[in-house]
Parts: sequence; structure tokens; C-alpha cells
Amino acid sequence: MADGNVNVAAKSFYEEGTTKKSTGITSWLFSTDHKRIGLMYLVTITAFFFVGALFGVLMRLELMAPGETIMGAQEYNTLFTLHGVIMIFLFIIPGIPAIFGNFFLPLQLGAKDVAFPRLNLLSYWIYLIGSVLVILSLFMQGGPIDTGWTFYVPYSVRTTTSVSLPLFAAFVLGFSSILTGLNFIVTIHRMRAPGMNFFRMPLFVWSTYATAWIQVIATPVVGITILLVIIERSFGVGIFDPALGGDPILFQHLFWIYSHPAVYIMILPAMGVVSEIIPTFSRRTIFGYTPIAMSSLAIAFVGYLVWAHHMFTSGMSDTSRVIFSLLTYIVALPSGVKVFNWVATMYKGSIDPKPPFLWVMSFVFLFSIGGLTGLVLGSITADIHVHDTYFVVSHFHYVMFGGTGTIVFAAMYYWFPKMFGKMYNIKWANINALFYIIAFNVLYFPKFIMGYQGMPRRYYDYLPEFADLQMLSTIGSWIMFATLVSIFLNLFLAIKKGKKAHNNPWGGVTLEWQTSSPPPLLNFDREITVNHEPYDFSQLKELDYESK
Amino acid sequence: MSQSKGAVVNHVHRDDLGAKLGMWVFLFTEVLLFGGMFLVYAVYRFQFPDLFKLAALELNTGLGTFNTIVLLTSSLTMVLAIVAIQKNKKNLSLFYLAATIGFALVFMVVKYFEWSAKFSHGIYPGSEELLNRQNGEILFFGLYFVMTGLHAFHVIIGVIIIAFLMVFVYKNKIVHDNYVKLENGGLYWHLVDLIWIFLFPLFYLIH
Repeated sequence: MADGNVNVAAKSFYEEGTTKKSTGITSWLFSTDHKRIGLMYLVTITAFFFVGALFGVLMRLELMAPGETIMGAQEYNTLFTLHGVIMIFLFIIPGIPAIFGNFFLPLQLGAKDVAFPRLNLLSYWIYLIGSVLVILSLFMQGGPIDTGWTFYVPYSVRTTTSVSLPLFAAFVLGFSSILTGLNFIVTIHRMRAPGMNFFRMPLFVWSTYATAWIQVIATPVVGITILLVIIERSFGVGIFDPALGGDPILFQHLFWIYSHPAVYIMILPAMGVVSEIIPTFSRRTIFGYTPIAMSSLAIAFVGYLVWAHHMFTSGMSDTSRVIFSLLTYIVALPSGVKVFNWVATMYKGSIDPKPPFLWVMSFVFLFSIGGLTGLVLGSITADIHVHDTYFVVSHFHYVMFGGTGTIVFAAMYYWFPKMFGKMYNIKWANINALFYIIAFNVLYFPKFIMGYQGMPRRYYDYLPEFADLQMLSTIGSWIMFATLVSIFLNLFLAIKKGKKAHNNPWGGVTLEWQTSSPPPLLNFDREITVNHEPYDFSQLKELDYESK
Repeated sequence: MSQSKGAVVNHVHRDDLGAKLGMWVFLFTEVLLFGGMFLVYAVYRFQFPDLFKLAALELNTGLGTFNTIVLLTSSLTMVLAIVAIQKNKKNLSLFYLAATIGFALVFMVVKYFEWSAKFSHGIYPGSEELLNRQNGEILFFGLYFVMTGLHAFHVIIGVIIIAFLMVFVYKNKIVHDNYVKLENGGLYWHLVDLIWIFLFPLFYLIH
């Protein structure tokens, strides 16, 4: 066993559970095994992703032609709110930490599980309850919420639609997020295998660590803000009501104090995945390990101090606008550190363009466009021009969907063989990557142009001169949806009847590749001791892996 | 696959330091939850200093002081319960935990009388009496009810937690060499106490 090979006869976690019965629905719903919990998140989050995507397609259908096409203004308001709430709170915030963090954090640390397995299960249940509340709110008196996912007061206090329940759902989901973050922090501090010091941790662990701290620090603030809106709606306390001396702008501050760091909750784990995939497919140790690890913490820290760049037009003083604009530029620095280090890692590497790597390249392309347009928005004068237009919508989708969303797929393609022990159709996956990047740009790039020309966001109707670009964007949404279905089919068929995957199909050297696929219940069939840095590819000689 | 008769694997993992680390991180989130409220309080106090003073005069400082003493004493009994279990005195620990719950209930009863006195004077969120006052006073009482209400909610949660801890002590799940649950419960209770230590001067004492 010294050569890192594992006992093939060991039972996988699918065959052996923490509950009395090892199969059936209860063996999943009550399992405290981090791998099963990760997979439960995967199923739930995938379902919500497709619901959110469907809402997006419906919105694009409405915008296909000027005037009312398939729905009225109120239905459109409801749809963009639900699209936002589902995609943000149910897909992209929990996405990578809850699915891949749960599954791979303990594996990469050489641990048997997370620090608090039962708390982990509780987090999943709380997530489930929160998502059920979101769905329930659609059928409440007054009709579904129409405030936009930002819930700005005073409208969110005055509208007669059902606002309190989805707000409460967001509060509940925040609880789940906090508990997951807490669990990861303690796991990383207390559960590392012998020899695994902080600077031998894989970079995905580092980025998850930074994310966990943001989850813990930022989420309570939005929790209390949301509670205040609910209280305001129920009792009329006046904290956000100008008629009673309250200040609606205060809500915006409190909301963005969380929701800006939240975009780093979304993107940091994705950056961690990129730092895993690039070394593996370049066969080269990561360039600048420590700067990448530290830049995650720097992003987490500086990300706290930039929230008011969402509010440049809200009437803040010039001094605070200049300060927040400057700080916004500073966040770009640690992000740049990462990108340069990734590129330097690939330099003179032996690059193997398998699907995960191609998806990471799509990420770099799309995320760069998103990041650079972010600088346009970060400068005050330019922001005044494009504020609340499609330009912002497009920037946001390039960063979040093109950034984090793309990496959800990259992570899926990278770790799929480990999670399911099966291999998907690689050629099909490559074609999907190509269609994805085409669909993405057809769908979202026209929005930059429309936004620059003055098309405001959240309108169900528009002037005739936007008709062509809107049509183009709608066509993009169809290609995109077809691509998403195709990705899903490829992976789904692979689970059903894919070829058995090698334990280490890519030649990765982090610990998750040194156990069987799928891993046994306690992750490893031997005691793990770490005496290498995480991306030391000289180990590959001793490790078992599938050569090209 | 189905041949495996479902072996139950319980890898018992005990890490007291980890458990306490988790609890401290959780308390940190609680501090931030109230931190949001303290921020709102600070903003409006800055905006309406005189009206906040005026409104604060209407609160019963005597009752507030009494409640502060009650809650501080309950923190003491909580610590004594932990000391008792460390010395393997189960019944004494149970007694102190019961005393802690007792003090918490006294706190809630006093709170009840304070609030209902305000209600009987027509002061509650959205009441006609309150809406006829000036904005600063409306906000003061709004914040008063929301913040002390949220704190009271935490007291109730604390009582439930301590009740569970009593069951654990009674069933010997918390014993002299394994009492991290009790310590964590104690930490939570001290936080509830600590938040009150800030609420008390902000609402009752600053005139």
C-alpha cells in the first residue's frame, strides 16, 4: 500500500452508509456521510438550477419582440425576481461549497468526515426547508414576490405580493450557509491529516476556507436586515420608512454589506477549483502557491469594504463614492494575482486539454470579460451612465454564470469520475464546452451593447431599436438551454451506463485521487500521512494513474 | 451491492477543542446579527439625539437594573453548574442549571410586565399614540421592541438549551470528564447575558 494503490475490494460509500439500511431514500436523507450529503445537495441544486434557467428562458421569450409577447408586466416582475432568488440563494451561493466542498474538502484533507457530521446533515435539511418555503411563497395570497432579488425598501414593504415568506426563506437559507461555513472552518482547523500543515493544503481548501469565513461573517448581517423588513411589513416599526423617520438607504447599506461579500462566496470556491484543475492538466506544480492562497484571504477581506459601489447613484457623499470606487479597484489586484499565477502555471507545462481544462479556459475567457467590465462599473462616472441598465445585468452574468457557473461544470467534469466511479463521454463533453461558450456570448454579449445604449434592466418592454439585439439574445438563450440539457444528458447517461472510471483518470496528485472511485465510507482504507506539497507531480511516478 | 447487510459504522470522533471552536464561531455570528441592530441604533441615535433622550426617560430604569442583576446572577449559576460537573457533583450541577432557568424565567416575567405596561400606555409599533409622536421617539421605541424582543427570543432559546443540558446531565451523557456540551451551552448563555449588558445602558441608562 505504500505506493498509494488502494484495495479494490473495499466497499464504496454507496454500498455502506451511516444509517442502518445502506440503500433506499432514508439511507440518504438521514445520512451523516459528507459524500452522500454532497450528492443530495447536487440533486437538489441541479433541480433548482433548471427551474431558474427555465424562468430565464421564459423572460427571454417575452423580450423576443417589443410589446407584450407571452406575459404582462406583473408576470415579468415575478419571473425576474424568482429567477434571481433561485439562482442566487438556491444555486450559486450554496453551489460549489455545498456540493464539492462537502464531498471533497474532507477527502483533500485526508479526513474521514467533516468536524460536525450531524450539523452538516442539519444544514442540508435547513436548505431543503428554505427551498420549500420559496416554492410555497409562490402560492400565497397576494401572488408571488415581485420586488427583485434585492428586496429594496420601500417597495418591498409596500407591495401587496407575498414578500415576507420568501424573505424568511432567504433567512433560513442563510442559516444553512452559516452552519456549512462554520463546519468547514472547524474541519480545516481540526481535521487535517498528520503532516498536512496549512501550506500543504490544496488551494481548493484554501479558497473554501476564505469562503467559509465570509459566510460566517457576512450572512448574519443580511439575516437581521431581512428580519427587519419582515418586522417592518408586519408591525410598521418605521426603521426603513421615511414617513416615520427611517431611512431606506440604510437598508441598501445593510443589504450590500452582506450581498457584496456574497459575490465572493460565489466566486472564491470557483477560483479554488481552477487552481486544482490547471496544475493537474498542465502536469506542473502551481506557480505561486502562497500568493494564490493569500489572495483568497485578501479578496475575502477587501471584499468587505466595497459594498457601496452598488449605490453610486443613491445620493452618497462624493467622498464616500471616491473611497468606495478606489477600494473596488483594489479588489481587482488579488484577482489579477490569481489569473497571472494560473497562466504562469501553464507556461511550459505539458497541457492535456481534457474537458475540465477546456471548461476552465472558457472560465478564464468569460470571467475576464466580466472582470474588465466590472472596472467600467467601478469607476463612478462610467457607472452613472450604465447604472441599472443591461450593462450591469450582462456584467453580472459574465462574472457569476460565466465565472462560477462555468466552474460548476468544470468541477463536475473534473470530479465526476471520483463521485460516481463512472466516466462520461469525453468527446460529447468537449462539444458541449464549445456550444456553451458560443451560446453564452450570443446570449449575454448583446446586453453589453444594449446597456451601453441605455436599455434599462427589469423592463418587460423596450423601444423598437433594441429589437434585433434582443432577438439575438433570445436565440442565444435557446442554444444555452439546449446545451445545458445536453450536458445533463451526458452526465446522467454516464451514471446509468458509463464505463467504469479509473481511480485517478487525470493523473491528479491531491489526496482525493489516492483513494478508490467512488471512495469508501471512511474515505481512505489506510491512515493518511502527508509529506508532500499539494501539487508535487514527482509523486506521480509512485502513484497509480490512467496514462493518456 | 444489496448483499451488504448495512453495517452501521459509527466512527466516534471526539474533539472538545473543535467543538468549542465551532461554538465560538457561532457566537461570532450572533454578535454580528446583533451588530447589525447596534449599527441601526447608532445611526438613528446620531440623527435624533434629543428625541432618543426624551423617549429613554419613559423606560423603567429600576426594572431594567433588576433584570440586569437577575441575568448576571444566572450567568454565575451557569458557571457553578460547570464547576459542579467538573467535581463530579451531578445533583449540584442539576440544581444550578435549574436555578439558571429560574433566573431566566424571572427575567422574562419582568420583561412581560415592562412590555405590557408600555402596551397599556398605547406604546407599541404602529400604535396611534406612538405615531402621533415625533420621528425620533417612534424609532427609539421601534428599536427598543425589536432589540429587546430579539434578545428575549434568545433567552427563550437559552432556556430550551439548558433544559436539554439538564436531561443530558441527568442521563449521565454529560459527566465529569466529558462536559463540552455543558461548556458550549454556558458560552451561549453568557453571550445572551453579554448582549443584555449592552442593551441595558443603550436603552435605559443613557439619558
